[in-house]
Amino acid sequence: MDSKTNKMIKVSVIDRKGEEHDLEAPTDMNMNLMELCKAYELPVKGTCGGMAMCASCHCYVESAHDLNEASEDEEDMLDQAFFVEDNSRLGCQIFLTDDLDGLKIRLAEESE
Amino acid sequence: MIKTDIIIIGAGPCGLFTVFEAGLLKLKCHLIDSLPIPGGQCAEIYPKKPIYDIPGYPSILAGELVDNLMEQIEPFQPGFTLGETVDKVEKLEDGNFLVVTNRGKEHTAPVVAIAGGLGVFEPRKPPIGNIRDFEDKGIDYIVKDPEKFRDKKVVLSGGGDSALDWALFLADGGATEVSLVHRRSSFRGHPDSVDKVMQMAADGKINLITDAEVIGLNGGDHLEELIIRRKEKGEIKVTIDYWLPLFGLSPSLGPIADWGLNITKNSIEVDTFDYSTNVPGIYAIGDINTYPGKLKLILCGFHEATLMVQSAFKTVYPDKRLSFKYTTVMGGISGFEDK
Repeated sequence: MDSKTNKMIKVSVIDRKGEEHDLEAPTDMNMNLMELCKAYELPVKGTCGGMAMCASCHCYVESAHDLNEASEDEEDMLDQAFFVEDNSRLGCQIFLTDDLDGLKIRLAEESE
Repeated sequence: MIKTDIIIIGAGPCGLFTVFEAGLLKLKCHLIDSLPIPGGQCAEIYPKKPIYDIPGYPSILAGELVDNLMEQIEPFQPGFTLGETVDKVEKLEDGNFLVVTNRGKEHTAPVVAIAGGLGVFEPRKPPIGNIRDFEDKGIDYIVKDPEKFRDKKVVLSGGGDSALDWALFLADGGATEVSLVHRRSSFRGHPDSVDKVMQMAADGKINLITDAEVIGLNGGDHLEELIIRRKEKGEIKVTIDYWLPLFGLSPSLGPIADWGLNITKNSIEVDTFDYSTNVPGIYAIGDINTYPGKLKLILCGFHEATLMVQSAFKTVYPDKRLSFKYTTVMGGISGFEDK
């Protein structure tokens, strides 16, 4: 097997109870953070399927990684989320790439 | 009382296509949806998004798919109850189901098909601990009667069109004081509305509180005070009569959970033989159901609807034999006679 198809990074996710989960994420599957959380059965709904059209994957980026900037669509959707901070992002808009190894995020409170 | 063969709860793509497949078997349908328009998520969340996995369409906008489905089912004259949420599904002594909406509208049929997708779209509620204490006691998520705010101090939250439009309306419409709280300084609403709000803020008619968020509520029998946290400028307390948090809609399972159906992880368990639930006569199709191997895809929902109506036919006409026919040999779709 080609070594490139085996690329994995480590991502740490703190759930809403404060528990930290160490996840392994492939970087060659065009996967985003929301999908990764769902794959590990963490409590992320991903209602809209990753279109930045709900805010159920709202999270805070707690490590100092240089992420792609939020699009206008993502900012618009964050307007409908709660307790939005400077480090708020939608998980579905964070694509897992090699340079995100060691990424640490915290899940935001869900709205009702 | 509306009488039909199949009551379809949910008018998304899957519910709409059910009308077609049922129609081919001469079964009549009536659709009920909490949204004021047919189309479900396709209409409410992403009408302008292209979908690439509808067989035969390399690409189709979700809104166009809904329009096409409406055209396809037109010969079968489905009934619609829109803008109403089903509260109650009850089996009557004669074997039919009684389906009642939140506005008391009654429907009856031998078969109920739940095509409820993600559930009911409801206003998104801020996760503030005591928010429920003040619902309808100072907090409204939807503006039903703007007259209620005359001579009152009103704070709106949100950055979209509904927050902007209602802020403008109330500032012109006799509220004593109108404040708009938003988490950042730019707004995503229609540019015209944004300009007007900015102008009214400059004129002192709207109190614009940006880079801010409501984080706490105080009051007794009625909401009296908001705690607003401003970025870098600290918290303020604002005395008010009404708070309107306008943060759009989000889906929840709602009353479906109370109908005696087997539910796992917000989805209804079904038998893949005919998508029947544990309650004879009630079926569940599309995104709302679950079974081993389930994929939430529109095309899978179409398949489920097609198999489901075969079984529904036997429930409606236990003594009739059914022979399957291709649409290609029917020489055109013959719908129902005009009412």
